[in-house]
Amino acid sequence: MAIEVVKPGLSTSVQDLGRPGYYHLGIPLSGGMDQYAVTAANLLVGNAEGDAVLEAVFMGPELRFTAEALVAVTGAELPPKLDGVEQPGWTAFRVKPGQVLSFGFLKSGARAYIAVSGGIDVPPVLGSRSTYLLGALGGYEGRALKAGDVVPVGAARRDTPEGRSVAPALRGAVANPAELRVLTGLYWDRITEAAGGQFFDDTWKVAPEADRIGYRFRGGHALAFKPREQPFGAGSDPSNIVDSCYPYGSIQVPGGTEPIVLHRDAVSGGGYFMIGTVISADMDLIGQLQPNMPTRFVAVDMASALAARHERNRRIERLRGSLA
Amino acid sequence: MAMKTRYSVGGDEHVFVECDEEMSLEAFFKSLSLTGAIREAGIRGVTEICPANASLQVKFDPDVIAPDDMMAEIKSLEATAEKSEPTIATRIVEIPVFYDDPWTRETLMRFRERHQDPASTDLEYAARINGYGSVADFVGAHAGSPWFVSMVGFVAGLPFMYQMVERAKQIQVPKYLRPRTDTPKLTIGHGGCFGCIYSVRGAGGYQMFGITPMPIYDPKQQISYLREFMIFFRPGDIVKFRPVDRAEYDDDVKQVEAGRFHPLVKPVTFSLAAFHRDPAAYNAQLLEVLHGH
Repeated sequence: MAIEVVKPGLSTSVQDLGRPGYYHLGIPLSGGMDQYAVTAANLLVGNAEGDAVLEAVFMGPELRFTAEALVAVTGAELPPKLDGVEQPGWTAFRVKPGQVLSFGFLKSGARAYIAVSGGIDVPPVLGSRSTYLLGALGGYEGRALKAGDVVPVGAARRDTPEGRSVAPALRGAVANPAELRVLTGLYWDRITEAAGGQFFDDTWKVAPEADRIGYRFRGGHALAFKPREQPFGAGSDPSNIVDSCYPYGSIQVPGGTEPIVLHRDAVSGGGYFMIGTVISADMDLIGQLQPNMPTRFVAVDMASALAARHERNRRIERLRGSLA
Repeated sequence: MAMKTRYSVGGDEHVFVECDEEMSLEAFFKSLSLTGAIREAGIRGVTEICPANASLQVKFDPDVIAPDDMMAEIKSLEATAEKSEPTIATRIVEIPVFYDDPWTRETLMRFRERHQDPASTDLEYAARINGYGSVADFVGAHAGSPWFVSMVGFVAGLPFMYQMVERAKQIQVPKYLRPRTDTPKLTIGHGGCFGCIYSVRGAGGYQMFGITPMPIYDPKQQISYLREFMIFFRPGDIVKFRPVDRAEYDDDVKQVEAGRFHPLVKPVTFSLAAFHRDPAAYNAQLLEVLHGH
């Protein structure tokens, strides 16, 4: 069983839940930016939660199926079409041999996840099928899909009925303005108190430079630094530090002007200071933000971050329960 | 010198430890020994342990261990790590470098408007601001002393390297005013006090001095010495650059393609105390190990 790529979309890549364990060598997690949507898509078609799916950003691909399969599209509201007939999102539908899956225009969100019963069956590399584009590693030959590619699909794990759907309350949604909760820390003390307060007061906008490596934001005030003599090895700009690791979700602000939140294809380290980190429960949301989306950063404490994480875990439990 | 360790969190999934604000081999060794202690402790819930130049980061699953407990576990290891002898069993590697090669030269010419000194090449600029009379003298210094791999990262397999000389002799250059959108694969770069080898082609802000024929990252694992693992470098490796000319560079590239290139690598024990007693003499000993005299 395979899928022929008729049109690749803007940047469609194979992703699963990621490749932990190699960040100390510069190989990031990778995996779907919206992990909840990956999980939901896989559960709908009877796959294991960590099976590989296709991640399409802004614009969907056009795919011809060589054999029958169950398909589900989750994440962004990017309407799937089967031989031109629109299909519901967050719902498993049957695809027959020779049928073509295509997509309408993006209505909301940024990334759609296409799960196929049996999972995308590219060879795992370092324990994962995810594509790390910068390192040309994993996925389909280490790159985004191209027209003419033939993507292998595994054998379905079990017989799963079509028509199952994720309840609307359990689907992802993006509020406007988006809110990203932040735990301050790391090099937060480098900026003045006034600058720190302003950062959370401002409404930012997602910049066009927003991809799997990181999301850049603009439109807020530049950060003022506390004066200091730069430490040896850091570099002369006040936003420079001795190159350190970068946590996933960390917010670096090169030159103090435009914050960048690192995501699943993060560069693992570098010489820009960071003011804090987006909490784990809000990382999925970043993957669904379109350029120009108004975004607020909201300061929270560790207890709130853990409560939000717990709430997300419970939501996944409910999702599992509803599709068991 | 007194180092001040600073602990912080990176969200609910990371603990961040800064061994020192400034770069030094002491700070690097502390980061390396604390990293080792954390790995050996086998703390449940830890998913990634990443040493950096003078800091480190631990990623963990807060569903398994609470962030406060994770932080306490790491703090409890700090005293032991600090007491550990700054000696490591490592390896010394020779890296051939074609300095002032046509590919980095072509690239740097394309991005001249992003450079501090558009009228010079990166090598000419670095030689001048570091007080060398000529590019040849500068290359002599760059290739003259060994370097410590103090971090692997940014992108897959990229080594950050710290020059093993007294601080006053260390090469320092600013990064480009605005980063380039292109850097040839295997470029030898330098920014701040750190050298690097670009493992993949891509954006970059470090000054460009030359190129090595020796691949250091191979996701396909076809290159003979990268078959077992796709990344060549590890933190703690010691590197010695050796200048090569075009003919030798071309020959090395052919050898790599034919699967016959064997990097010159020797095991070595490094002692920070012995190094500090007499860096020049210690480096000379390291080179004897490398060349097997």
